[in-house]
Amino acid sequence: MTEDLNWAIGGEAGDGIDSTGKIFAQALSRAGRHVFTSKDFASRIRGGYTAYKIRTSVDQVQSVVDRLDILVALTQRTIDENLDELHDGSAIIYDGERSWEANIPEEATAVDVPLKSLAEEAGGAIMRNTVALGAACEITGFDVEYLDESLEKRFGGKGSKIVENNREAARLGQEYVQENYDVDLGYDLETTDNDYVLLNGDEAIGMGALAAGCRFYAGYPITPATNVMEYLTGRIERYGGHVVQAEDELSAINMALGAARAGARSMTATSGPGIDLMAETFGLIATSETPLVICDVMRSGPSTGMPTKQEQGDLNMTLYGGHGEVPRFVITPTTISECFWKTVEAFNYAEKYQTPVYLVADLALAVTEQTFPPEAFDMDAVEIDRGKLVDDDTVDEWLDEQGRFRAHANTDDGISPRAIPGTIDGAHMSTGLEHDELGRRTEETDVRVEQVDKRNRKVETAQAEEDWDYREFGSPDAENLVISWGSNEGALVEALDYLEEEGVDVRVVSVPYIFPRPDLTDDVEAAEDVIVVECNATGQFADVLERDTLTRLKRINKYTGVRFKADELAEAIQTKLTEEVPAQ
Amino acid sequence: MSSEVRFTDFKSDKQPTWCPGCGDFGTMNGMMKALANTGNDPDNTFVVAGIGCSGKIGTYMHSYALHGVHGRALPVGQGVKMARPDIEVMVAGGDGDGYSIGAGHFVHAVRRNVDMSYVVMDNRIYGLTKGQASPTSRSDFETSTTPEGPKQPPVNPLALALASGATFIAQSFASDAMRHAEIVQEAIEHDGFGFVNVFSPCVTFNDVDTYDYFRDTLVDLEEEGHDRHDYEAAKEVILDAGKEYQGVMYQNENSVPYHEQHGVTEDMSEIPDGAPEDAMDLVREFY
Ligand SMILES: Cc1ncc(C[n+]2csc(CCOP(=O)(O)OP(=O)(O)O)c2C)c(N)n1
Ligand code: SF4
Repeated sequence: MTEDLNWAIGGEAGDGIDSTGKIFAQALSRAGRHVFTSKDFASRIRGGYTAYKIRTSVDQVQSVVDRLDILVALTQRTIDENLDELHDGSAIIYDGERSWEANIPEEATAVDVPLKSLAEEAGGAIMRNTVALGAACEITGFDVEYLDESLEKRFGGKGSKIVENNREAARLGQEYVQENYDVDLGYDLETTDNDYVLLNGDEAIGMGALAAGCRFYAGYPITPATNVMEYLTGRIERYGGHVVQAEDELSAINMALGAARAGARSMTATSGPGIDLMAETFGLIATSETPLVICDVMRSGPSTGMPTKQEQGDLNMTLYGGHGEVPRFVITPTTISECFWKTVEAFNYAEKYQTPVYLVADLALAVTEQTFPPEAFDMDAVEIDRGKLVDDDTVDEWLDEQGRFRAHANTDDGISPRAIPGTIDGAHMSTGLEHDELGRRTEETDVRVEQVDKRNRKVETAQAEEDWDYREFGSPDAENLVISWGSNEGALVEALDYLEEEGVDVRVVSVPYIFPRPDLTDDVEAAEDVIVVECNATGQFADVLERDTLTRLKRINKYTGVRFKADELAEAIQTKLTEEVPAQ
Repeated sequence: MSSEVRFTDFKSDKQPTWCPGCGDFGTMNGMMKALANTGNDPDNTFVVAGIGCSGKIGTYMHSYALHGVHGRALPVGQGVKMARPDIEVMVAGGDGDGYSIGAGHFVHAVRRNVDMSYVVMDNRIYGLTKGQASPTSRSDFETSTTPEGPKQPPVNPLALALASGATFIAQSFASDAMRHAEIVQEAIEHDGFGFVNVFSPCVTFNDVDTYDYFRDTLVDLEEEGHDRHDYEAAKEVILDAGKEYQGVMYQNENSVPYHEQHGVTEDMSEIPDGAPEDAMDLVREFY
């Protein structure tokens, strides 16, 4: 049997599903195994179905699959929700002593463990999930000792007694299964000496911000971006920074703008509805040429949509949102480690080009955890570029004859000098009104044109100077080209294995920059078939590419609220390849 | 900047486009005087303004400044001050800007008690959009969009501030130059959020709340022997709908400004050339 194990715990929100899943995921990671987690959660706090799923292997895993091997079910709904994924090698751990009559499907092995009683024996019914973890260890041949460290991590703050009790609870669960069952699913989870860290996309973004010197964060809670704020809170202070929970997104982005003008690297993060509210100030940031990172962690829209579900539906908003025409960068990390590196880049581009940078992630990236070697976040490789920041000594060359600072000087590359408060002789006015080089309001036609061109020239400069590359997988010479952005990369990369088995040759291009972006015209022209994969209904990126390349492209769109799975994508790609290209 | 700062150093070379006689001239002069009197200079001052005739004030002053979007000046000002406790921050705007579109921010800015000043030019009308009712317009004040008056009681910004936990509440009159400058200066010197509502008549669209009206009715709290530290006395004058007052209504002696509450005291503009030295610890937390 394969060593690729799919495990899940499910129950009602409030049942401690998340922390139990996390404890197991961390234990697997400490045992040197790769881990990829996913979460099903409903938009309510108590009473909604939630599940935490773990896929683990000694090889890298970066996607979810349609298979569940071990399910810890705290409710019948947990079983019902996952029926499709159960198979005749699955085991379901449940508590037969509890009031619900578990209806276990025939093909699965029922493992009835008195979770509550054993937990009480260990010191309290609250530890029933830990008992279940011990039981799962026994079934999978995973040494229960690996749980100890993660239990310490989770409960250490509550005292050694709690940690000890939990360790005992895990052992009772493990022993119970050992003594009463002879389940052999063929698992004997291999461990390695590999050193891994386990984190999600929101955490990687927060960590990237700290590494990049972000000192000010203002935000308003919204799923799935709140974790960025929660991560920074309590950590940013170590570096002399500050997090503010603003009264709304309008305030959040304006506070961040204030801090940025004061010279701090600052950021705000939100999701769709918040991005809408920020749109007006977005224009001000661009015209006042303020460096700011605005992170949009997308979820299903429109309106309040499905707040806890996956979608990549805000691309148009970030690319075109806001009135008038303003330069902007739109960066779209494709993996969790890229969430870190692209955040660092976002801060550099914001200051270098003095323009707002949208960092666009999606729910699947934000809440999913994955293992990486710590070197994937090699801090020594972090570089800081503060752009044309002037100081008391360099301000002089940017003063006009009257000694006034030319904050919006019309330069060849479109980038002006930047003076922050306290810089002697750098005092200047900035405004969202059209302005001249000094920042003074104007409606003179030639100055207007000059300033618009100047701001837009920054994009041309960036387009030419920076490396707007893409990531590539599969066979470089394949006639079939699949293009995607955001979190779909992991599933696509795994889909390649399935496609290979079917004898289908595919080249995958995953794009982390949407504006400016790599020129894909040659790639599209060279390919026989081009498919654009995205989690939205209309194909927002496909539209962009069609306009770039003047070529009709095939599209795979998913907007159920659930991320792509590798096997599902492989099938969809095969089907698409047999279809005609839609007419022009 | 020279060490001897005069108030004219805060003047920009841009000529105001306000109507001749607009109260905002006097308001601005007082702001500049107060900034100079408190020992600030343009290079360490940040003025944030909203949108409206009043919001143009930042464009006519010389300092680091931002003229933002309608109603959002307060959040910008708070962001500047949190990032740079060493910088003097003053926010200015109109009654529409501050008490209508920006009312939510006003309440929260007051609550946060960031150490900065907020000057509102209250002309009881929307000037820049040519004379519609504002939140402080009288309920029977006829305008193009309220031909029979708004038929709603005006907002009492001082009461709103008091109810939100303000630590400094004052009111001044643009045309009483000395008193106005003094009051703004006190707001700057206050340890926390210094709020000043300024009667700043609109000579073009408001023929009710005129210079004459304020001259005739204004009562100076100083002359009345008002005790600004007495919360109950403050409540009484603030809720007194029958009179127009100038002076400091309320000042909380125990005001603890935001930066002290939150330990936000560092200059956040300074960051290392690369990731901070102990940054790998951030990664190790994820073991
Ligand atoms: C979002 C938005 N809505 C509306 C406007 C139009 N607008 C400009 S100034 C103003 C009212 C200003 O009134 P007030 O704050 O009292 O300032 P005054 O002009 O009277 O000094 C309005 C509604 C705008 N600029 N932005
Ligand atoms: S319209 Fe009123 S508020 Fe505006 S400048 Fe003229 S007098 Fe002042």
